[in-house]
Amino acid sequence: MSSKIKSLKYNGKWDFSTSIESIENLSIQKEYQLFINGKFQKPVDKKYFPSINPTNEQQLTRIAKAESKDVDMAVNSARAAFNGQWGEISAKQRAKYIYRIARIIQEKAKELAVVETLDGGKPIRESRDIDIPLAAAHFFYYAGWADKLNYAFPNRTPKPLGVVGQIIPWNFPLMMAAWKIAPALATGNTVVLKPAESTSITALLLAEIIKEAELPPGVVNIITGDGSTGNLIVNHPDLNKIAFTGSTQVGKSIMQSISGTNKRSTMELGGKAANIIFEDAPLDQAVEGVINGIYFNQGHVCCAGSRLFIQESVYDVVLRKLKDRMQSLVVGNPLDKNTDIGAVNSKQQLATIQKYIDIGVKEGADIFQLNCELPKSGYWCPPTLFTNVSQSHSIAKEEIFGPVLAVQTFRTTQEVINKANNTPYGLSAGVWTDKGSKAFNLASKLKAGVIWANTYNKFDPTSPFGGYKESGHGREGGLHGLSPYLNLE
Amino acid sequence: MILDLKTKVDKLGIEDRVSRITKRSLKSEAKLQGLKMILSMIDLTTLEGMDTNKRVEQLCYKATHLHQELPELPNVAAVCVYPNMVKTASNSLKDSEVKVASVATAFPSGNSSLEVKIQETKEAVFNGAEEIDMVISRGKFHSGEYNYVFDEIAIIKENCGDKARLKVILETGELGDYDHIRLASEIAIKAGADFIKTSTGKIKPAATLPITLVMLEAIKDHYYNTGKMVGMKPAGGISNSKLALQYLVMVKETLGNLWLDKHWFRFGASSLANDVLMQILKQKTGVYQSNNYFSKG
Amino acid sequence: MSKRIKVLKTYKIFIDGKFPRTESGRYTQLKKDNLTIANVCLSSRKDIRNAVLSARNAFESWSSKSAYNRSQILYRIAEMMEGNKNQFIEELILQGEEFNKAILEIDQSIDRIIYFAGWPDKINPIFGSVNPVASSHFNFTILEPMGVVGIVASEENSLLGLISSIIPIILSGNTCVTIVSEKLPLCAISLAEVISNSDVPNGVVNIITGSKDELAPHLAQHMDVNALGVNIDNKELKNQMFFQASNNLKRVVDVSKYKIEDSSFESPYIVKKFMEAKTTWHPIEKDFTSTNNY
Repeated sequence: MSSKIKSLKYNGKWDFSTSIESIENLSIQKEYQLFINGKFQKPVDKKYFPSINPTNEQQLTRIAKAESKDVDMAVNSARAAFNGQWGEISAKQRAKYIYRIARIIQEKAKELAVVETLDGGKPIRESRDIDIPLAAAHFFYYAGWADKLNYAFPNRTPKPLGVVGQIIPWNFPLMMAAWKIAPALATGNTVVLKPAESTSITALLLAEIIKEAELPPGVVNIITGDGSTGNLIVNHPDLNKIAFTGSTQVGKSIMQSISGTNKRSTMELGGKAANIIFEDAPLDQAVEGVINGIYFNQGHVCCAGSRLFIQESVYDVVLRKLKDRMQSLVVGNPLDKNTDIGAVNSKQQLATIQKYIDIGVKEGADIFQLNCELPKSGYWCPPTLFTNVSQSHSIAKEEIFGPVLAVQTFRTTQEVINKANNTPYGLSAGVWTDKGSKAFNLASKLKAGVIWANTYNKFDPTSPFGGYKESGHGREGGLHGLSPYLNLE
Repeated sequence: MILDLKTKVDKLGIEDRVSRITKRSLKSEAKLQGLKMILSMIDLTTLEGMDTNKRVEQLCYKATHLHQELPELPNVAAVCVYPNMVKTASNSLKDSEVKVASVATAFPSGNSSLEVKIQETKEAVFNGAEEIDMVISRGKFHSGEYNYVFDEIAIIKENCGDKARLKVILETGELGDYDHIRLASEIAIKAGADFIKTSTGKIKPAATLPITLVMLEAIKDHYYNTGKMVGMKPAGGISNSKLALQYLVMVKETLGNLWLDKHWFRFGASSLANDVLMQILKQKTGVYQSNNYFSKG
Repeated sequence: MSKRIKVLKTYKIFIDGKFPRTESGRYTQLKKDNLTIANVCLSSRKDIRNAVLSARNAFESWSSKSAYNRSQILYRIAEMMEGNKNQFIEELILQGEEFNKAILEIDQSIDRIIYFAGWPDKINPIFGSVNPVASSHFNFTILEPMGVVGIVASEENSLLGLISSIIPIILSGNTCVTIVSEKLPLCAISLAEVISNSDVPNGVVNIITGSKDELAPHLAQHMDVNALGVNIDNKELKNQMFFQASNNLKRVVDVSKYKIEDSSFESPYIVKKFMEAKTTWHPIEKDFTSTNNY
């Protein structure tokens, strides 16, 4: 590439007008209660916390904070349901309840998508096309397993564990609830679920859906609160399992808390995925994969492809393509159908991201950010990439959970395998090459639970998801998502 | 000739990108501006065995008088005809900015001798064609005779001289896969094409969004390698405004501002213009339109 | 003719295919009826460190051997044991077992190896899957070994327990560091000798003798150990290990839940617990076909 050739310009000649998703007919209640034993009830201590719209920092609603007595009630009602109605109905009937949930989610898809976007800041394009459809698909998929479990485990008679406590993060609020609840119900367990503090609303809408689907009381309990409520769940003596999705740090402390108990666990934790581009790759599609890999959901994705490795011979051309492609990303109001990058989920998360960007600059990496106008209020971070990065830079080692990409280079296959695996994490990895044998080699050598070859950030209820090493244990999705909820001994 | 045969295309990846492009939502001002741009980029086309002088004259009239209620509208970019109609079109359009384009080189099959193709090109240019739409030899391409394909384009380009711009039709529907489309694009571009064009309109699939994206990426790589711009013309199958706007978004997000111009991007279409007019009128009046009020052909 | 003096066996530990003494130089005397049977190494945390290092180095080559190859190597262990039966029986008796029970234990142990030796190339056909995702991708899940597994073997069943801890773990490609029975360590060293002669690459199995209370926490805390298979009854120690294991999120399996002596132990489900599911996606291209209307 000659330096005399001017970079192309992508904005200013014909720009998209705003195209805001309608929020008419949408009612967000002033206050949300705990969903325990099939009913919405006020917390015993009458404490509430605000839920903030990250695009304007305004309070959307207030949410009940569950304390010890509320957690007890939720666990007790789940236990009663497990010992009672839910334990007694046939697997066939159980399946039908779960199917109902899937169908009602589909019916309410638009409302759910809009609320997800308002509460969490993610682009409506994503909540509409990914989060909500996948949540419904997850229930639909696992519903079908309920009466077929005997086929899944040869020579075993699977039995439910009992009552499972589930704690989910704020990046895919409804979808994570579906990933947790659907397999738990299909396998005959009952549930106490806590959504993340900053994104509780869609979980409570799901509670309404579960009520509408007429599940027996106590089968699913949804209680809200912050980390302290989570702790109460983790340490509750009458739970048989803890399923957690969140940071590796919290995951480790949960594992410590439940060590020495009989509680089972699944942990879906952090990541620092390598996305590897070989010189023979379909480069334009690889670049698109990098964009999807790191800028999807503002980079609030545990499997985000946050470390990009480019083979040196194509480094310049890939970087040029990447920077050009970034110019077309629209940052702003997540309710705008054209928005690619919405608001950062919370003030705290924005501070974390900003901290890492500052560290990146301080440690001597070269920063490139999309030059775009950001809204005055709310929490925003433009798509960012760092070049001139090495393995020892903090931004190449630690999970940032934001739209920040660290770009490195490599020369040989062995070198990139070593670099890619040189991390305590192991959730996912991406490989881009036109050569099948190379793709399979990398797929087998990379220590990660999900390998995307010539694609990235694809999810499906039939496809197991989960990590190696410090990215957690257990799988969600597919056949392999069943056994963490079953006793096979 | 040095060909960069390395560039690969992943089909699903291309289609994923396209699906994201088609989700752009165009409203109000952006939509109106886009529609007008589309009108200005249309090569109004008649390529039928039964074409007559009258038919061509009518089409030329339409090209310069799109709709009497909307006098501020741009004209279409060109009228595209068979070589034997070039004189007629040229006469009809002599006082306008609308270009006369002619297919050549044994359109649509391209199966003729090089001498015949050269002769046909010369005649069309002599008769006033300002743009030549040639077809590549797909048979030669599939037999791996890339040099033949290249040389043929180069010779036709030479015969266009500085009087006519050369559009090279790849007939992508016959090329089999995206890797071939990418390769054919590079051959055409390196052999001197001013434009690359998807289709004759006689083969299905004709233009599609993913095919166009592959060709746009080839144009972009060429620009960054050489600094030279090459135009793009999807043709066939683009019959409504919504689809045409998606093409335009694709141009915007792939090649950027420079290509959002009729000098560098064209639509080969016959019925698109009316649909765009209906949409523009709907934007202006707020009322959905009927075909009855828009002249055909 | 004077009476022949018997050659006594020196029991050393097994690290990286070699038989060193513990670097600490410490030992304990194993006695029976007040007579010393053997001097057994009281290994230290440095021995654990060396063993983990060796297991880590062995992992890549062991796990990338074909399943068929691993299968044959495990079978070879059984063959070698069959030939050394008498030694094991002698040691079991020395450790206090009755003759008949000793024979039963060695037979069961050999048969158990044969059972598991058949599994390496059958785990994935049964537990892997091809997943019918809705998009145009080929998507499949296979089980892979986890890496280095720390094993704390049972105090009882000094041979069968040990075999049952080690074989299901290494058959999939894991390597291991095993802390063996504290009071019944003799068979473990003989097993190491058999393994050493059985084409098992150096470092795949490492065997450490000594105090579990002292050694197990070092294994549980080691940041380069991927999983623990723990078969001990000491609840306090077990809980301590599981707590420590969370420092790098080791997978922990409480093997004491299973009845080792029972044939029900023989199942692929125990193998699966020390494996990791990996899912791979790749696009599937679908053709477009052209039609013409010339």
